[in-house]
Amino acid sequence: MSAVVKLHDIHKSFGTVEVLKGVSFEIDRGEVVAIIGRSGSGKSTALRCINRLETIQSGTLEVCGHRLDQPTLDLRALRQDVGMVFQSYNLFPHLTVEQNITLAPRRVKRLPNSQARALAQASLERVGLAEKIDCYPEQLSGGQQQRVAIARSLAMQPKVMLFDEVTSALDPQLTGEVLRVMETLAQGGMTMAVVTHEMTFARRVADRVIFMHQGRVWETGPGEMLENPQTPELQAFLSNGL
Amino acid sequence: MKYTFDFASLQEYWPEFLRGALMTLEMTAIATVLGMVIGVLCAIGRRGKRPWLAALCGAYVEVVRNTPYLIQIFFIFFGLASAGLKLPIFAAAILTMVFNVGAYTAEIVRAGMDTIHPGQIEAAEALGLSVPQIYWDVILRPSLERVYPSLTGQFVLMMLSSSVTSQISAEELTGVANSVQSESFRSFETFIVVAVLYFLMAMLLKFAFFLVGQAMFPRRRRLGTPL
Amino acid sequence: MGGSFTINHFLYLLQGVGWTIVLSALAFALGGVAGFGVMLLRTARSALLRRISFLYVQLIQGTPLLILLFVVYFGLGVVGIELPPLLAAGVSLMVYCSAFLGEIWRGCVESVPRTQWEASEGLALTRWQTLVDVILPQAARIATPPTVGFLVQVLKSTSLASVVGFVELTRAAQVVNNSLFTPFLVFGIAGVLYFALCYPLSRWSRSLERKLNVGRRQAA
Repeated sequence: MSAVVKLHDIHKSFGTVEVLKGVSFEIDRGEVVAIIGRSGSGKSTALRCINRLETIQSGTLEVCGHRLDQPTLDLRALRQDVGMVFQSYNLFPHLTVEQNITLAPRRVKRLPNSQARALAQASLERVGLAEKIDCYPEQLSGGQQQRVAIARSLAMQPKVMLFDEVTSALDPQLTGEVLRVMETLAQGGMTMAVVTHEMTFARRVADRVIFMHQGRVWETGPGEMLENPQTPELQAFLSNGL
Repeated sequence: MKYTFDFASLQEYWPEFLRGALMTLEMTAIATVLGMVIGVLCAIGRRGKRPWLAALCGAYVEVVRNTPYLIQIFFIFFGLASAGLKLPIFAAAILTMVFNVGAYTAEIVRAGMDTIHPGQIEAAEALGLSVPQIYWDVILRPSLERVYPSLTGQFVLMMLSSSVTSQISAEELTGVANSVQSESFRSFETFIVVAVLYFLMAMLLKFAFFLVGQAMFPRRRRLGTPL
Repeated sequence: MGGSFTINHFLYLLQGVGWTIVLSALAFALGGVAGFGVMLLRTARSALLRRISFLYVQLIQGTPLLILLFVVYFGLGVVGIELPPLLAAGVSLMVYCSAFLGEIWRGCVESVPRTQWEASEGLALTRWQTLVDVILPQAARIATPPTVGFLVQVLKSTSLASVVGFVELTRAAQVVNNSLFTPFLVFGIAGVLYFALCYPLSRWSRSLERKLNVGRRQAA
């Protein structure tokens, strides 16, 4: 198995605050990695570095063959290979579901309209929302909006998908439908990095769990590690709920 | 055509410029204070219980906001003169400024008053405060604090538009510029100098309002954030 | 003295109204294009461009329009360009509008949440594509009420073109008054005509703003 995402000794500061203090991990093709940790542990920042929403100060970072630490980086090529889903969905409120999904394929990949619509249809079917294709985002529930956001990412046929606390803004009863979609994706062989607070999901779906603490990878292992934490920090984290 | 700038020949007019700038500032200071009074009274009138007064104040605000200042100046200055009331130019200029800025102030202050939650007023009534007390302590002070930036911005704009009073021969900065350029034949340079002077005065005024705001609204100063 | 106000005087004033509208439209169209540029510079990625455009806006907003008018009028004169008064006034009003519209629109663009930029970036859209397809359509909704409101400002500002001899409504009123010496009547009528142009726009702007606020509250 070859690694699609490779982080090595990543350092990142906001002003004088160092958020990532030498983070290293890899994600193999088809692997699902859950990143957990307290807020402020650097887990979201690490994720955002992977598609260059944040720039790193030092370390080496390679994603799908793109060297993010090199000045020669082709940012748009990187973004086409990496999909991202956000906590607050970030759908475009002035566009219908279809337009939300087809915007990037039409503009970036120059797909003709008919092909783009078929693509939107197919992506929506994967998240179980084919009938909502002509709705506007505000006509949908939070869970449905998040599923549309996932479909929007899928339509770009990314090689890796990043999920940044995608269920944190949802009511508990809506969380389930989003997690089920993600589980299906994982079973379909998608490479995924998932920052999450859902421990059940991490344990059940993730091939590997990374526990981050104070800007470092503190503990890492298969999903079962959550039943048998090695470090007192992970132990404390798990027993406090969040 | 090649043009050589000649700012040096304007040097002898420096005292003139200074006198004009000072007069602009003087007019602005007086009009700010009086405009504030008119504006606040008018805002209260528009919220008040007398329909005729509210309508009158509303009409005043709309008329001023939807007609050019220059027309207002001509109407007031030449109109009053034709009716036999010959005001000194300085007084007439200030009168038009107050008439104009009072309406804008009224609108801004009213917008500020509208942001005061009715519960605040009910709480004050329940505490037994009188109507004037409620207006001063519960409505006016917090709303002025809230609209202070737009209010002072309006006064800076008024300082700039006071240049229009040169059209009734007020001897403020633009009026001075007009006579300097006709004497020196250096029109372009004169107006560039005057533009810079206005810009500096606008900065000065903004800074002065900032200091006044710091002194008047200690909460703002302590919290360090605009409210 | 000059006799009484006749229908011919009124028609002369109406002609002035026509030129006021022409000048306003010219100023707004040119100023809109330039203002769009100012907005782009004010929100540019390069800090230098942002700073330069900020200075430009501060400078224009810190100078009276009347002075701007004189600078353009005499400035173009000395470099040998003899502009007709309509164009001289149009150019100064364009500069004036560009600073104010640019600043209004910048505010609207910046009020679109940062996350919309991020989501577009994540989808590999270019900065320009993001602006055109994602940001501007959302900003335009917010920008409509203040832009219509500013149109009132433009209409009123054109009165200053009278100073450089352009015969729009204010100049026309001056001309009529110079022959009749009935300032209350003549400037009163001019005022009513301005009001008839501006007030509907003001009302429209306010109702647009109310609708926008209602829409926002429902969305939230």
